[in-house]
Amino acid sequence: MRTIVVLACVAALAGCEREQRPKHAPPPASGLTGPSYPTRAVAQAENRYEENAWAVSQGKTWYRAYNCNGCHAQGGGDIGPALMDAKWRYGADPASIYATIAYGRPNGMPAFAGRVPEDQIWQLVAYVRSLSGQLPSSIAPSRNDSISAGKPEARRSKEKVRPEPPSNPGELR
Amino acid sequence: MTDPASNMQDALRAAGAQAAHIGDLWNGTLALCTFVFVAIVVATIVAVWCAPRADAATRPDTSSLSGPEHRIWRRIGWATAAAIAGLLVLLAGDVFTSRALARLPLRDAVDIELVGHQWWWEARYRDADVSREFTTANELTIPVGRPVIVTLRASDVIHSLWVPSLSGKKDLIPGRTATLRLRADRAGTYRGQCAEFCGLEHALMALLVHAVPPADFEAWAANQRQPAREPVDAAARRGREVFLATSCTMCHTITGTTAQARLGPDLTHLASRQTIAAGMFPNNRGHLAGWIGDPQALKPGVNMPANTLPPDDLQALLAYLETLR
Repeated sequence: MRTIVVLACVAALAGCEREQRPKHAPPPASGLTGPSYPTRAVAQAENRYEENAWAVSQGKTWYRAYNCNGCHAQGGGDIGPALMDAKWRYGADPASIYATIAYGRPNGMPAFAGRVPEDQIWQLVAYVRSLSGQLPSSIAPSRNDSISAGKPEARRSKEKVRPEPPSNPGELR
Repeated sequence: MTDPASNMQDALRAAGAQAAHIGDLWNGTLALCTFVFVAIVVATIVAVWCAPRADAATRPDTSSLSGPEHRIWRRIGWATAAAIAGLLVLLAGDVFTSRALARLPLRDAVDIELVGHQWWWEARYRDADVSREFTTANELTIPVGRPVIVTLRASDVIHSLWVPSLSGKKDLIPGRTATLRLRADRAGTYRGQCAEFCGLEHALMALLVHAVPPADFEAWAANQRQPAREPVDAAARRGREVFLATSCTMCHTITGTTAQARLGPDLTHLASRQTIAAGMFPNNRGHLAGWIGDPQALKPGVNMPANTLPPDDLQALLAYLETLR
């Protein structure tokens, strides 16, 4: 009996595999290559950072560090649109969100290409998608560093994405 | 670089008033504990030496074991009293050391706010006149003989400041403010280190403290208050353009330019510092180039991203950074 328990414990421990952090900048996750001044072409790409919890939490760090929350608040929206609801004006797939961050959108979203490095943008993309529950709970951040009223990203239910027509020019948000 | 021997962390070579008090307490504790240790060893040897011996042929004399033991309680009483007296001496030494530490005269103190980040130190030299404040990173310069009040804060996780030659440890706790008072009495460069595990690169989070004569300190501070020098040659000017047009400007400050972000160390006077990456490498062109190119290879986990700049841009950027004296 004792042997079985010990063997079960060993087997359980062997099952614990530590997630590998990508230490080096990976080869570009997108079809974007070449000059540091990017063109508008964004390939339809899988975002490999959506499979890496550390990368998503780094995205959360950049979200605050680069002041995304200045307009989008903690995802609930302020003078910029909400990121945690089901409505997506310019697409909820990683490539579209990448294009939004890199090249900006009308009515106030600035372009960050050339300023924020490509792999950090992809980490931001992964985090932005976790805001509306698009990532598995094992990947999305499970707790906040500071006190916050809302549920952590990992415990949000997945919003069913639907497009929203862009607002009238001149009208904020 | 200064004398490497003076860069060593050495709690037994005090270079300041506070470290000297702590050193005295340590010496007293060591003396008392050594006395107790030697006394016990000597008593054991004497007891073994003087005990009655038996050879293989005769039975040992156990007659003394059958009667009641004499005066055992009195011996236990003496040992207990001696232990209590020794502990009281140490307690008194502790109290007097704490009092001495608290009595450091603070008139005309230098006021420094030190913020711990994963894994570097941000230092703001505060002043009643806000325009005279300035920020630097990973290296403190303090005047010999003048007290320093270091206000400790943390931005992410718990860190701890320990510069053994100058002072004891003090934790930096997010959301709380602590103060450390110290005074350097001997000029030199003293190495400090984060003393509370704070993540992957905790071991590589060093802080150099340069204690310099007061006149040198004033000259250094006057230079630090200046905005960054205007680059004169073409390469440095191009380097500044590169700095302001790429991701550098998203995290670093260079006073006098539009780069004003506070996520990474202030680079206004980068070239005046001896080391980069929190005491990890000497501050020279080669290490700087390697660091900018791929920080993750040198210090895995840091927040600085890899920057793949075209070679011409990188050389121009390095030329500019070297002008930031």
